Amino acid sequence: MGNKQTVFTHEQLEAYQDCTFFTRKEIMRLFYRYQDLAPQLVPLDYTSSPDVKVPYELISSMPELKDNPFRQRIAQVFSEDGDGHMTLDNFLDMFSVMSEMAPRDLKAYYAFKIYDFNNDGYICEWDLEQTVTKLTQGELSAEEVSLVCEKVLDEADGDHDGRLSLEDFQNMILRAPDFLSTFHIRI
Amino acid sequence: MAQPLNFVLSVPETPEDHGQEPSPYDESDVHDSFHQLIQEQSRWVAEEGLELQEQERGAGAPQTTGSGRPVPLGPEDAGAHSTATLRILASMPSRTIGRSRGAIISQYYNRTVQLRRRVSRPELRGVGRSARPSLRLYDLELDPAALEEEEKRLLLVKELQGLTVAQRDHMLRAMPLGLAEKRCLREESQTPSGKQRGRPGRRGLLPCCGRLRDACVLALHGLGLGLLSGLLALMPWRYALKRIGGRFGSSVLSYFLFLKTLLAFNALLLLPLLAFLVGVQAAFPPPASPGSAPSFTGLELLTGGGSFNHTVLYYGYYSNSTLNRPCALPPEGQCGREADTLPYNMPLAYLFTVGVSFFITCITLVYSMSCSFGESYRVGSASGVHAVTVFCSWDHKVTQRRASRLQCDNIRTHLKELLAERQRRQGPRSACGRLRQVAVLGLVWLLCLGTTVGCTVAVYAFSELMIKSSVSADQEGALLALPVVVCLLNLGAPYLFRCLAALERQDSPVLEVYLAICRNLIFKMAILGILCYHWLGRRVGTLKNQCWENFVGQELYRLTVLDFIFVLLDTLFGELVWRLISEKKLKRREKPEFDIAGNVLELIYGQTLTWLGVLFCPLLPAVQIIKLLLIFYVKKTSLMANCQAPRRPWLASHMSTVFVSLLCFPSFLGAAVFLCYAVWQVKPSSTCGPFRTLDTMYEAGKVWVRHLEAAGPRVSWLPWVHRYLVENTFPVYLVSALLLAVIYLNIQVVKGQRRVICLLKEQISNEGEDKVFLINRLHSVYERKERSRVGRSQEAERLVDDPDAW
Repeated sequence: MGNKQTVFTHEQLEAYQDCTFFTRKEIMRLFYRYQDLAPQLVPLDYTSSPDVKVPYELISSMPELKDNPFRQRIAQVFSEDGDGHMTLDNFLDMFSVMSEMAPRDLKAYYAFKIYDFNNDGYICEWDLEQTVTKLTQGELSAEEVSLVCEKVLDEADGDHDGRLSLEDFQNMILRAPDFLSTFHIRI
Repeated sequence: MAQPLNFVLSVPETPEDHGQEPSPYDESDVHDSFHQLIQEQSRWVAEEGLELQEQERGAGAPQTTGSGRPVPLGPEDAGAHSTATLRILASMPSRTIGRSRGAIISQYYNRTVQLRRRVSRPELRGVGRSARPSLRLYDLELDPAALEEEEKRLLLVKELQGLTVAQRDHMLRAMPLGLAEKRCLREESQTPSGKQRGRPGRRGLLPCCGRLRDACVLALHGLGLGLLSGLLALMPWRYALKRIGGRFGSSVLSYFLFLKTLLAFNALLLLPLLAFLVGVQAAFPPPASPGSAPSFTGLELLTGGGSFNHTVLYYGYYSNSTLNRPCALPPEGQCGREADTLPYNMPLAYLFTVGVSFFITCITLVYSMSCSFGESYRVGSASGVHAVTVFCSWDHKVTQRRASRLQCDNIRTHLKELLAERQRRQGPRSACGRLRQVAVLGLVWLLCLGTTVGCTVAVYAFSELMIKSSVSADQEGALLALPVVVCLLNLGAPYLFRCLAALERQDSPVLEVYLAICRNLIFKMAILGILCYHWLGRRVGTLKNQCWENFVGQELYRLTVLDFIFVLLDTLFGELVWRLISEKKLKRREKPEFDIAGNVLELIYGQTLTWLGVLFCPLLPAVQIIKLLLIFYVKKTSLMANCQAPRRPWLASHMSTVFVSLLCFPSFLGAAVFLCYAVWQVKPSSTCGPFRTLDTMYEAGKVWVRHLEAAGPRVSWLPWVHRYLVENTFPVYLVSALLLAVIYLNIQVVKGQRRVICLLKEQISNEGEDKVFLINRLHSVYERKERSRVGRSQEAERLVDDPDAW
């Protein structure tokens, strides 16, 4: 089964298998999904590792992502330059982290980066407001949003500096057993 | 003892010596390892720090320290601090974990080293009060050696080379680096494979058996994963589950995943039975019974009797002798094959196979329950509901626009409820209101229990009626009466309980669900209990000369099949017809909700029936597998067409744990008790089955042990084990005492962990205060230095303008 494909060399496929949570078959399936997004752009031969990036607009039109309010942040976090345009490596990485087999720590790390809208290394109140607004699609009043943010900081901020660091976030994730099942995209 | 941070910044106590104070600007005085990070950060801060600079001069008064608690920083205070302070703050080790690649690499280097040295958890004693105990329990980058990122990378690569392949892969996959980087690391660490073995005693001697154990564990794990993935790949449900998850979310998906789990359990139960009982007996059929066997009519599929009676489906078919026994006497026409001389003791095989399959099921259940518990229950997980809602409640599996909008609505409602609850809780409820609620709750419980008792009595009375009006073999259809009554009651009771629960008006939706599950479970178990008494207590007596085991097996078969039919009816009327009525007549756009708890309880009930019936009908798990497959497709179709996702937020993970534990405790335990009673206490019928000449089924084992005793001294340990460990009651007491001790120890460990968590939280809070203190001191130092510099420059300007002032 594995020797018939001509897209990757044997070593490349082995490397992908060892570095992600996917099997050979799933990696090929993901490659064809990636290729379908931009058939003119993505070559069918990756043995020479071409430097091809699929633009963000096409990525966000995928059925798995198009109704996700955080799709822009997800694409930005996993893309190389933070602009949402993804190479095949970024694409595989994204779905590998969001798959079932990824451990909790890894998911928590990337979830933290996704919710950190201003990329300053911790989740401040503005980031929280953005998150809540995106979650409720702007239907909560400003006062309710700020109340919620205040409660969140009260609960999760361990060192009381007004923002959540990665450790505070991970501490809070440990208390949420549903995190593994909700932070999961099936592909 | 405490290991002090290597912070080379000494702030003197007296404010007078300005000249000797090292300024935060002097990078040579600041810690070396911050150097590169500071450069990185200063670029970023310079890009976005314009608004900060305006507030730099003329900022608010420097906060005095020493007078009580320093004011904690708010985001509006951040602008009041200088860019230099911010730079230092931003480059602190605890803040750079998430950002700097160098920090990640060195962290994973530490982790790899500790993996090789097999240090599992550092003692809290060794962690100083000043170093913040990291959640990941490994060292942060406090190593004073100034390593460039490239050097750290080389160190990491070298460490990775020292691991086994599986460990290296595991480490690589868990690293939060980009995929291209990981591939480079993998390539570099892969080169000399010979080097892996030639490392004796370099650091941290790894004993050979430890490495072997690692390899075995990893190989087994890999094998298990491979088998599991192969098994899952066989089932063509990946796409179906994805669609269900996409439209309805994780909560409804948990029902279908539970169904898959049950299929796996049934397959596990069926395999030994097929291999050791059904297959063997089918190869050596017993002599045909006198009288013609009835022909197949369609009714057998429902009643399980008729022509099914004399097939391998039921207990009565199995012979009570040793099959394929080598003949010592001249051939009587029966044993013509001298080549196969492997005798097969059928009674013993029957007893052991059923016992072993139950044992395997028990172990698997307990293991999956403990895994589930480990995932979903955490010490101290009660608080933090707002944070969990904001960060963990968006289900990324949902892919349809309408479902996505529904999820937004749900989360918004939940947040509003949380905010409202907080305000409501602040107002104490009157004693009268609370009393009234307790009274209503008590009344509803009384009604539910009364219904249960009433239905139980009705089933008992009906069963006695069935005994009195003894049914002849021709009226097989009339035997369906009792199962139909039972299924009708099972169908109607949940609806009644739901109506009664509407009276209660519970605040918490989760509590509502738990109460509903509790009531339904009590009802179903009571009905099953009375049926078990009816079979083992009454039917055994009335069917003296007939095969009562076959009868019980057929009853359970009938119950299983009718349960399936009633599930179909329930789906039809509960979902399809209700949707049509609500759309056409009541003109509502809302579809009925998918009742997850009710459906899961139905599955658990069906599985209990299977476990009860395995002893009397060894192929019942196969029937259950077919039934589960059909239920999957029926429920999926009905769900897609008629239902909508539940409105209330559903703790999918907790619920899965609850379901698995319900499967284990009342369901499997009850079936095991029933099995033990049937094996130990009830006299098997004398006309059929493998135990027809014995007093109890267990005696087959005793007979075999006596055979072994007579066989000679070489196998004398087995009878000894039997006499002193199985027949004796002392080992049971010993095992119970050990179990209690283990439970007590676990409780104490959890208590200790809770206390440690409290201490650690306090420590974190203290750390925060320390940081605020230091920042304020830094700020005041810098302010003073700025002021003195401004003062000096102003002096110098004045001197330049007016040289005669001297």
